[in-house]
Amino acid sequence: MSEREVIYRHSGTVRITHWINALVLLVLLMSGLQIFNAHPALYLGSKSTFDDPILAMGAMQDGDNVKGVTSVFGHVFDTDGVLGAATDSEGNVDERGFPWSVTLPGHRDLSTGRRWHFFFAWLFLFNGLAYLIWSLGSGHLRHDLAPTGSDLKHIGASIREHARFKFPKGEEAKRYNVLQKLAYLIVALVLLPLMLLTGLAMSPGMDAAFPAVLDVLGGRQSARTIHFITASGIVIFVAIHLFMVLVSGLWNNIRSMITGRYVIEPAKEKP
Amino acid sequence: MSGERELDRRGFLTRGLAAASTVLLAGCDDLSEQPWVKRVLDSAETLTRVSQRALLSPTALAREYGEADLSKEFKANGSTDPDDAGYKAHAANGFVDWKLSVAGLVEQPIDLSLVELRAMPSRTQITRHDCVEGWSCIGKWKGVQLSALLDRARLKPNARYVVFYCADNVFETGDDKDKYYESIGLQDAYHPQTILAYEMNDQTLPVAHGAPLRLRVERQLGYKMAKYVMRVEAVDDLAKIGGGRGGFWEDLGYEWYAGI
Repeated sequence: MSEREVIYRHSGTVRITHWINALVLLVLLMSGLQIFNAHPALYLGSKSTFDDPILAMGAMQDGDNVKGVTSVFGHVFDTDGVLGAATDSEGNVDERGFPWSVTLPGHRDLSTGRRWHFFFAWLFLFNGLAYLIWSLGSGHLRHDLAPTGSDLKHIGASIREHARFKFPKGEEAKRYNVLQKLAYLIVALVLLPLMLLTGLAMSPGMDAAFPAVLDVLGGRQSARTIHFITASGIVIFVAIHLFMVLVSGLWNNIRSMITGRYVIEPAKEKP
Repeated sequence: MSGERELDRRGFLTRGLAAASTVLLAGCDDLSEQPWVKRVLDSAETLTRVSQRALLSPTALAREYGEADLSKEFKANGSTDPDDAGYKAHAANGFVDWKLSVAGLVEQPIDLSLVELRAMPSRTQITRHDCVEGWSCIGKWKGVQLSALLDRARLKPNARYVVFYCADNVFETGDDKDKYYESIGLQDAYHPQTILAYEMNDQTLPVAHGAPLRLRVERQLGYKMAKYVMRVEAVDDLAKIGGGRGGFWEDLGYEWYAGI
């Protein structure tokens, strides 16, 4: 097992649904921030308690100037120029949540943001269903993603290896390591379905059809808050995911997600 | 975007990402303007409407809350004081001479004063109002069921939509063509919670919330719930009304089916 070996790592279904999902999530995130900007505040419960949000972005008078601030549980942070508000070179104050450079469209336009968001939400659903049904039917979930007992026993070792940027080689590299398995499972089976559920729970139509969903989530404004927090969790996952792709063999990883082929480096030097 | 500065590596990366996202965004903004892209994106509305109609029984009620759940502050959005001479005159004397007209594709057009509307059977409901902007408020509404008015005027068989013409002009253009209007299908029109409310939180409906009458369509978003309703008209087609998309905000790009 000391020869450099090329294996077929990702099936066609995984590769196609992966890239569709990447594009769809990017559009959903950016159009979602556009929608958030229409009322950049979050609450808990059924209704909006306007004087007591758990998170709010906006402009605040600061002497002669106006600055952008973000309050979290009542603690106010100066986020001028990034969150809440920005002042351009001519002194015009733009009050909003997130900068327009990260929203879709790139200026205030709630109706178009909603059009993008809901169209891509349908793509997200179809793509996610295709992936989950295939994963169950083909055994991908059972064989490649479910952690084995031995995986879970060695989780500490895996964390230590990751912390030192040492990644499995040889036979070990042919499978996902335990941290990968857990991360992908949490994203595919918890975070992404939760996005869909909390998104639908904000729909007055769906609430009339399935009133129990809001009881579980704690009310419509809680659902909106969970939607935001879960989206943040996915952004953090993607950031870590991209970092790991970068440090664990950029081109090998990217090639394997495009062509399926992945190079396994030998575990030890040839004797 | 910013001035010329020495580029350190991190600055270069950030700028690179910013430039890439600007190109991507400009691309998406351009795309948003393309008629074919609009058509493709708009197709999701049909899918959403058909799916929700399939999941939602015509009589399924929106949740009704208790008195304890009422919002302390119910946000008044859109117009809060219509800039219309006729409306202001009616508001000044408590709408005593005002009448709601129910017309269009009906056998018997009717005009009803507030006294006559209040004499009809009423429905009271404490419901959650979800604004398209993302916030929610809970309010108590009392009014006459739209179905009762439509039955009284006897809807003609070719009627398919009910249109609500309002007194307010959101952008205060001064042009009557820009006045607020809304429309719903017959399924929502005959839904038990679809009422024309004349009371809010046990008080006469205030001007900020749409006096003398405000539509409630509880399974859709706030912009469907037209305030300052002056005239109700049954029609067979929305294409010839306003911008042809069935409502004030709809003509500006929002969905006619506002169930999400």
